[in-house]
Amino acid sequence: MQKISRFDIINRLKDLLADGNVDRVLGWKKGEFRYDVTPHVFTSAQELEADFVWGDFCGANFSKYLIKETAKSDKKVAVLLKPCDTYSFNQLLTEHRFDREKVYAVGVACDGMADIFKIKKITGDGISDIKENGEDLDVYTIYDEKPVKIKKTDVLSERCLSCKSKKHAAYDELLGGDGDVLDSNRFDEVAKIEAMTEEERYAFWQGELSRCIRCNACRDVCPACTCEKCVFDNPNSGMENKSPANEFEEKLFHIIRAFHVAGRCTDCGECSRVCPQRIPLHLLNRKFIKDINAFYGEYQAGEVVGSRAPLVDFDKEDVEPKNAVGKEDK
Amino acid sequence: MYKIKISDLPALFDKLSEKYDVFLPVDFDNGAKYKKYEKGDVLSEKLNTVKSPKDFFFPQTEDMMRFKTEGKKIDVIDIREPKDDFIVFGVTECDVKSFEVLDNVFLSEPADTYYAEKRAHGVLISRACSKPSETCFCKTYGIDPSEPSGDISTWKADGTLYLRPNTDKGEAVISVISGILTEADDDEVNKEKEKINKILDRLPLKNLTTEGFGAGKTAELFDRPEWAGLSQSCLGCGTCTFVCPTCQCYDIRDFKTNDGVIRYRCWDSCMYSEFTKMSAGQPRLTQKERFRQRFMHKLVYYPENNGGLYSCVGCGRCLQSCPISMNIVKVMKALGGKNE
Repeated sequence: MQKISRFDIINRLKDLLADGNVDRVLGWKKGEFRYDVTPHVFTSAQELEADFVWGDFCGANFSKYLIKETAKSDKKVAVLLKPCDTYSFNQLLTEHRFDREKVYAVGVACDGMADIFKIKKITGDGISDIKENGEDLDVYTIYDEKPVKIKKTDVLSERCLSCKSKKHAAYDELLGGDGDVLDSNRFDEVAKIEAMTEEERYAFWQGELSRCIRCNACRDVCPACTCEKCVFDNPNSGMENKSPANEFEEKLFHIIRAFHVAGRCTDCGECSRVCPQRIPLHLLNRKFIKDINAFYGEYQAGEVVGSRAPLVDFDKEDVEPKNAVGKEDK
Repeated sequence: MYKIKISDLPALFDKLSEKYDVFLPVDFDNGAKYKKYEKGDVLSEKLNTVKSPKDFFFPQTEDMMRFKTEGKKIDVIDIREPKDDFIVFGVTECDVKSFEVLDNVFLSEPADTYYAEKRAHGVLISRACSKPSETCFCKTYGIDPSEPSGDISTWKADGTLYLRPNTDKGEAVISVISGILTEADDDEVNKEKEKINKILDRLPLKNLTTEGFGAGKTAELFDRPEWAGLSQSCLGCGTCTFVCPTCQCYDIRDFKTNDGVIRYRCWDSCMYSEFTKMSAGQPRLTQKERFRQRFMHKLVYYPENNGGLYSCVGCGRCLQSCPISMNIVKVMKALGGKNE
């Protein structure tokens, strides 16, 4: 159950539209089912009342959409941001990717989002409705009149299970109050992979990455991937490629991408959320975050606008590469 | 009609794999994928594989030929290996029908010999959908998931798999396994069909219609204002096109090697900014035009060129996979007739 209701959010957004503060709202639009929520630009109170949703399936992070949205018009756009989204928001501001003056940021308190894949693992296919019932989700299917009762905590998205912050890093106003930066367990999975032997680790990533279909959803949703022309889409780059030459060539794409966003990735988890093949791509990024923390001191991208990421902020005390990788000079 | 106990399926797959390469959907952590059968593999209960079986006939990447250069001499080398017969097991009826869509494209003259050869060697063993998903809408296109086609049709009922060969290819496969099959009548299968049809009546998308789409609708639909709103959040990724069983666009590229060139083709996506890029640039300048192209192709252009057949089969993969949950159903409801 989310702390703030859909009703309260709509009322506030309607006021914002009526006051003329903003002329549109970037929010979540209801779908055919409970869980297929679409990012949408709402322009009227009627539209908000009819189609706006807030609930356990509003995972989409709107920060990246602000690049396109703020370029469209001189009027302000209101945007709804969950705590994790605000880190991407700040990081994009650090990179001068959109005009802050054109945005009215409404922070919404978040209790974590549910993962429809996890729900379907329990209920199977044929979901006709999902109702929030206190801490439970009542999942109705076309196969049974009675709902399957599921504890929301059992079907939380992976990224929410290791939520790094309930505190908004940026906002103009808050709905539903603010929380704290959490002492998250988000590096546990990375540590497990680090503990593997080289062969095990290779097998692990081969198993995961061999499923990649190179749809580019991870890149296209990533708030840190905002190049106007990605090197992989550019015929003049010499490395444009639309599909893998073999099952495991995808490792190159994903590893290059992880390097490219290292120090800028806020760990929002959108890459893994949208992957149609459910590849845990966020683990690559987290490995970099963990290493950056270890070598240069704790750093959270997007925590503060304008912060210098360790990788672009040389310091004479910086760790020597050979020490970082634990190898002696030859 | 033949039957075999579900518990005896491993024996069936073992027997088949002595003669054929057998591919079947198996579970992975969060879905199902087709895999070449190895002893111990278990047939997935899931309805859809994440990727469709079109890969078997139209692979995501396929080497086509080599060019070998020596001085000013160029050899063109056909690098295709002779293909053996193979079986794709457990294909749902929507996916079976997707091959009709692909056949119209690849087998019409001049036929695509790469595709044709694989089609000639592939045996499709279909399965009835005992447990359709909320995302299923094959009925919209007149597809009957209780009556699967292909070379052999199968139904699961009461711990038993029923098999009915439909073609010579199917008969040939049955003859390989006839020793472990028993003859059966149609009673159980008919009951199962009835059961499936009752479920179909409960599906949330059962009333989705193609009204308002089809041949001749280009002028009416092309400039509709709704396209802007429908496409506004599209990421421009290729997920929908790559999980789609009927998307058929590809690019042909040359890969330079030390002594020549390998020419290959790979899936392309109308959602990509580089799609059909020509010397004058990409004809579809924004995501709105690219998005519109995909749905107009499925619902208007393809039917126009193929006797009214839609190039969507209602498998629902795009509904399950799109990062922003925008899809053909939402497009049809926004632009079509009587889709409330």
